[in-house]
Amino acid sequence: MDKTIALELRHITKTFGEVVANKDVNLELYRGEILSLLGENGSGKTTLMNMISGIYFPDEGHILADGKEVVIRSPKDAFALKIGMIHQHFKLVDVFTATDNIILGEHMPPYSVKEEGEKIIAEANGIKPVKGNEKFLWGLKLGLKLTALPFIKLGKKIKFDYLSKSRSARIETIAAKYGFEIDLKKKIYDMSVSEKQTVEIIKVLYRGAEILILDEPTAVLTPQEIDKLFAILRRMRDDGKSIIIITHKLNEVMAISDRVAVLRKGEHIATVNTAETNEKALTEMMVGEKVDLNIDRAEPVDPKDRLTVTDLTVVNRDGIKALDGVSFTARSGEILGIAGIAGSGQRELLESIAGLQKTAGGDIIYFDPAKEDAAVDLMQKTPVEIRDLGVRLSFVPEDRLGMGLVGNMDLVDNMMLRSYQKGHSLFVDRKNPKHLAEDIVGRLHVNTPGVRTPVRRLSGGNVQKVLVGREIAAAPTVLMAAYPVRGLDINSSYMIYRLLNEQKEKGVAVIYVGEDLDVLIELCDRILVLCAGKVSGIVDGRGAKKEEIGLMMTKLHGGENGATEEAL
Amino acid sequence: MSLKTAAAGGNVKHHKEPLFHLVKRTDIATWKKWLIRIVTVAAALLLSGIVCAVLTDGSNFIGFYEQLFRGAFGSTWRIQVLFQSWAILMCISLAVTPAFKMRFWNIGAEGQTLIAALASVTVIMYLGGKVPNAVLILVMLAASILAGAVWGAIPAIFKAQWGTNETLFTLMMNYVATQLVLFSVNAWAKDGSGTLGVLNYGSFDGLFGLEYIQNVVFVTVLTVIVFIYLKFSKHGYELEVVGESVNTAKYIGINVKKVIIRTMIFSGVMCGFAGFLLVGGSPTPTVNGTLVGGRGFTAILVSWLSKFSPVAMVFVTLLVVFLERGSSQAANSMRLGDTAAFEDIVVGLFFLLIIACEFFINYKVKFRKKEGK
Repeated sequence: MDKTIALELRHITKTFGEVVANKDVNLELYRGEILSLLGENGSGKTTLMNMISGIYFPDEGHILADGKEVVIRSPKDAFALKIGMIHQHFKLVDVFTATDNIILGEHMPPYSVKEEGEKIIAEANGIKPVKGNEKFLWGLKLGLKLTALPFIKLGKKIKFDYLSKSRSARIETIAAKYGFEIDLKKKIYDMSVSEKQTVEIIKVLYRGAEILILDEPTAVLTPQEIDKLFAILRRMRDDGKSIIIITHKLNEVMAISDRVAVLRKGEHIATVNTAETNEKALTEMMVGEKVDLNIDRAEPVDPKDRLTVTDLTVVNRDGIKALDGVSFTARSGEILGIAGIAGSGQRELLESIAGLQKTAGGDIIYFDPAKEDAAVDLMQKTPVEIRDLGVRLSFVPEDRLGMGLVGNMDLVDNMMLRSYQKGHSLFVDRKNPKHLAEDIVGRLHVNTPGVRTPVRRLSGGNVQKVLVGREIAAAPTVLMAAYPVRGLDINSSYMIYRLLNEQKEKGVAVIYVGEDLDVLIELCDRILVLCAGKVSGIVDGRGAKKEEIGLMMTKLHGGENGATEEAL
Repeated sequence: MSLKTAAAGGNVKHHKEPLFHLVKRTDIATWKKWLIRIVTVAAALLLSGIVCAVLTDGSNFIGFYEQLFRGAFGSTWRIQVLFQSWAILMCISLAVTPAFKMRFWNIGAEGQTLIAALASVTVIMYLGGKVPNAVLILVMLAASILAGAVWGAIPAIFKAQWGTNETLFTLMMNYVATQLVLFSVNAWAKDGSGTLGVLNYGSFDGLFGLEYIQNVVFVTVLTVIVFIYLKFSKHGYELEVVGESVNTAKYIGINVKKVIIRTMIFSGVMCGFAGFLLVGGSPTPTVNGTLVGGRGFTAILVSWLSKFSPVAMVFVTLLVVFLERGSSQAANSMRLGDTAAFEDIVVGLFFLLIIACEFFINYKVKFRKKEGK
């Protein structure tokens, strides 16, 4: 590997109001290397990369490309410097094909009639004949050539805008070179997340990017897809491209990168060679202290059936079955994990149980421990009806500030969401919610200026502590949590795992929807794998294999039993 | 939310930093916030003065300010009119507030108030002189409130049941109300003039011995009620949750449809009350198509500007009414012709600048540092 610097950041600082997103960051990127940018959520990784790709402008500091100082004011500037970024949220036009999306926004190479004309005249003047007859012919030719110019331009424009054959060929060459598997004629809305990501990467390569920035590219992929992506990235690196990959997953850092740059709270802590470090050391750099990365898993004590779901079917607005004949049982004192590619029916499943989703068929039966496990039918009940039946069901939804909490309300008012309806008074009681808020702030170490602060001002981890704290305070018998650690820092994540485990030990039936397979395998007693709305299988958490679950996520029953249905 | 860096100028070769870029503020000192606002109001007044000076060929710059205060506070009668106007605008501003807090884009306060005024006048037309005055007024009150409630409930029901767009719906309801008033007035006006004169019955002006300003008492009481309703009642809490996030409301088991309809009925009832005050609370009860005179729309601005706080609304309304009355007097005394037009200019400048100044409260403008520092 030659050691030329492709990109250099010097003393970059960026603030948003009083929040310092990046402080005096120095970073170097070499040609032909993969650099991991590691840091917890909110450590300023994406902000830093957005400044390179022209979305933000640094308050202070310099950016050097190929040793020259540059000013990047827009993504266009970034592209001119051959920098391309693949964002976490894809920016594609749904109704267009892959090819259309890739060539979108590309301009025809400039073609000036005036300049071309001058060229022709100059050329003609060089061979200007003297004899009258030839002179006339010469003049006629020149005139014709000049008149033809606007038409040539039009022709080129038509060819460029409507006949994109040559460009398709170029895209295919790029795809073949790095080993992308993609149908370029497919429309974006027909694509899986992984395919969309492929389109984004090809788009950036097509525009000639030499420096590629990928913002958490693996967050939405299955283990198999991640392997494929990494193979492609390695091929690009060997081709001399420089790649920055933003991530907070340590095993991926170790697997893919040549060097790792660690950010903490907006500051650059260190850049180390991957070969000379390990996951533990990186975690310490990232968090700033030693962290215990073990999740205890106690044996379930006296598990009893608490919630039985049979043949649950949900049809979404487009008439597609979001859930198709889902059956399982959640037991007390047990954590039931739910794995699956994003959008495989996890949300519909939990919302059906919580009474928020219209169901098309099936049964949801709750066994009430207060009434000697008498069966209670929860099918087609509203949340209020479920509560009035005495079912102590708590739900930590995926969308914390859009569903679980109200961002603009303070902690007290958010506590009140669950309790305000009690009693017949016309007025709300803020006293008890206030005590509860203070209690949660103290017990779960919520970092907040006070209980009167709007929750949207809190960081992701603290928001989640407030939400989980409130749901646990209701003393549930069933606790459902959808992606409860998404976007949380390591310490907060482990606190949430501990809280879930505490509830399990209290005899609560916990249902945990997660995306990190390593955590699911470590935390859960059983794991239900969803694949396109169907149950692909239920495996024991002890002894489950990541690859096995990954396979079940994409293919029903992991492709066994002759059932080789492709995932949507 | 963060703004992209604002590029200054269309320079293609980007070798320079942009001239300025915008930085979002997270917190701003309270005194700074108020300083910005006070400076803004002063700027609005200054601009109004300049407009006035230009319109009067430069002869009346200082005179404008003198007339402004004279028009608002110049005599007992003018002060009474000022507070009378305050009461009506305040009442309608209070009325639109619960709906806006629920993020229900109700721009139909104008029509709801007007239809309520029509209801009052209808009662006067058919019962005036036939029943004791006290009964007449109570029936007027009931009719107004009912009319306002119905006018508010119709778009709410459609929104809740079929998801219709409430902005268009309430706007259209305004036209229906105006046309109904024109139709009724034409039917009642026996002389064919198409206008209804002052009615002989139905005025409760002077109630409690308070001439002209008994409305102020009613609206003050209403202010307290709305304040408590929004801040301490379960209804107020529910409508706030619905406004912030319908998903959260469903998640905790709020019946969203019920809350939408209930809140709009409450809004309509208050508009109805405003319509009742416009007719019965005036010494000269009557109705015409322009009785509400755009206050249904001004109220929306007042409500938003006050950030839905009834307390802030008291002062914002006072400021707006002061500007209206004062500039109207200024226009009159300087013979600017159409007084309403000048009134609109002054109030318009105030709203324009005060809303624009919020930008500087939310964002800081950072300029490029001088080169070669």
